[in-house]
Amino acid sequence: MELILQILSTLLATIGDVLPIAAIIFGFQFLVIRKPVPQLKRVLVGFVYVLLGLALFLVGLEKALFPLGKLMAQQLTDPEFISRGMDVVTTALSWQDYKWVYIFAFAIGFSTTIAEPSLIAVAIKAQEVSGGTISVWGLRIAVGLGVAIGIALGTFRIVTGTPLHFYIISGYIVVVIQTFYAPRMIIALAYDSGGVTTSTVTVPLVAALGLGLANTVPGRSPLLDGFGLIAFASLFPMMTVMGYAQFSDWRSKQNRKRYTEGGK
Amino acid sequence: MAGGRRKFALLFALFGSFRDLAPIILVVAFFQLLVLQQPIPNMTDIIIGALLVAVGLTLFIQGLEQGLFPIGESMAYAFARKGSLFWLLAFAFALGFGTTVAEPALIAVAKEAAAVAAGGGVIENTDEAKSDYAYGLRLTVALSVGVAIVLGVWRILKGWPIHYMIVVGYIGVVIMTAFAPKEIIGIAYDSGGVTTSTITVPLVTALGVGLASSIKGRNPMIDGFGLIAFASLLPMIFVMGYGMLF
Repeated sequence: MELILQILSTLLATIGDVLPIAAIIFGFQFLVIRKPVPQLKRVLVGFVYVLLGLALFLVGLEKALFPLGKLMAQQLTDPEFISRGMDVVTTALSWQDYKWVYIFAFAIGFSTTIAEPSLIAVAIKAQEVSGGTISVWGLRIAVGLGVAIGIALGTFRIVTGTPLHFYIISGYIVVVIQTFYAPRMIIALAYDSGGVTTSTVTVPLVAALGLGLANTVPGRSPLLDGFGLIAFASLFPMMTVMGYAQFSDWRSKQNRKRYTEGGK
Repeated sequence: MAGGRRKFALLFALFGSFRDLAPIILVVAFFQLLVLQQPIPNMTDIIIGALLVAVGLTLFIQGLEQGLFPIGESMAYAFARKGSLFWLLAFAFALGFGTTVAEPALIAVAKEAAAVAAGGGVIENTDEAKSDYAYGLRLTVALSVGVAIVLGVWRILKGWPIHYMIVVGYIGVVIMTAFAPKEIIGIAYDSGGVTTSTITVPLVTALGVGLASSIKGRNPMIDGFGLIAFASLLPMIFVMGYGMLF
C-alpha cells in the first residue's frame, strides 16, 4: 500500500517536471506549426510510457539502490574503516589508504552509467544515425569507462585537496588535442556524451560519495570540496568516446581494408 | 500471432533492462559482502526496487521510441519545411529554458550554492537573501541553456564545425575561472552536468538529428549531435559570471 502511494506521488512529481516541456512542444505544434502530429495517439501513449517508466524507475532506485549506496559511500569514507587493520593509527592517513574509495568510485561510476536512461537514448539514436558503425553497447561501455575514470580521479582530488581547475583545464587540453586525431563523425557525439552521463542514477550516489569524503578527510570542507565530481564525470567520457572511435576505426581498417576506399 | 510476438519483444526488453541493472547489483553486493563485510539489509525491498527499476526502464525506452523521438524529429522536419528561422530559434530557446528552469537537480544545486555563498560571506546569511540568490542562479542556468540550444541549432543550420566553437567555450571557461570567486568554481563546473535531464536529452537529440537530416548538405552524425555539449558548456561560463556579479 505504501509502495503504491510512493509510486503515485513520484508519478505526480514526474508529471510536474514534464508539464513545462509538454506545454512548449504542444504549444509550438498547435500555434506555430499548425499541422496535426503524425500518429498523435501513438505519440501520446509514448509520453504516458515515459512518465510511468520514469516514475517506476525513480521509486525503484529510491527503494533498492540509493539507501544502500549512500550508506556504503559513508562507510567506505569513514576514517574508522580506512584505518582498519593498520598497526599505527596515530599517523595521519595518506592518499594510498583510500584505495577502496577509488575502487568503489570506479565501479559505481561505471555501473550506474550503464543503467543511465538518457545515455541509452543517445546511444540508440547514435546507432540508428551511424548505420551501426557506433553500437549501443560500444558507446555505453566507452562512456561508462569515462565516468568511472573521472569519478575515481575526482575522489583522489578530494583526498589530496588539489585544486579542481587544474584537472579540468588539463582535461580540456587533452580533449582538444584528441579532437584533431579522432574521426570527424564522432566529435559531436563525444562532446555530447559528456553531458548525458550524469542524470538520474549517477548524480545522487556520486554526490553522496563526494560529500562523505569531504566530510571525513581532514582539512576538506564539504561545501568547497564536495562539488566537482560531476564535472569529472562529464569530462572523461569525451576522451574515452573519442578513444573508442579511434580504436574501432583502426580495427575496421585492419579487418576490412577494401572498404576504406569507398567512404567518400 | 502478432500479439504473441509483441509480448515476446516486451519480455525481451525487460530482460535487457535487468541486464542493464546487473552491474550495479554486482558492485553493491561485492562491496557490501566482501569489503565492508556486512549483510545486505532489507532484501525484499531491494528485490522489489530492482523489479520496479527494470520495468520502469523498459517502459521508458518504449516511450522514447514511440513518443519523444518521433515528436522531436517531426517538429524538426516541420520547422525546416516551414523555413521560419525566428520560430525555430524561439522553439530552441523555449525548449532549453523551459526544461531547465524546473529541473529538480538544478533546484537542489542552486540551494546548496546559496548556502556556500552565505557561508563565504558573499551574500547575507538570511533565508531571504539565500532564496533570492538560488532563484537568480536557476534563472541564469536556464537562460544559459536556452542560449546554448539556440547557438547549437544555429550551428546545425550553418554547418559550422563543432570543435572550434567548443574550444572557444573552453577558453571562455578558463578565463572565467581565473577571475571568478573561488567558492563558485566547483558549483559552476558541476552545473554543466546537472542541466540535462532524462527527458530533455532524447528530445534535444532528436531535434538536432532531425534538423541535420532534413537540411541539404548536413550529415546527421557530424552536424546532428552537439546540442547537449553546448548545454553543458555555457552554464559554466554563465554561472561564473553570476558569481562575479553578485
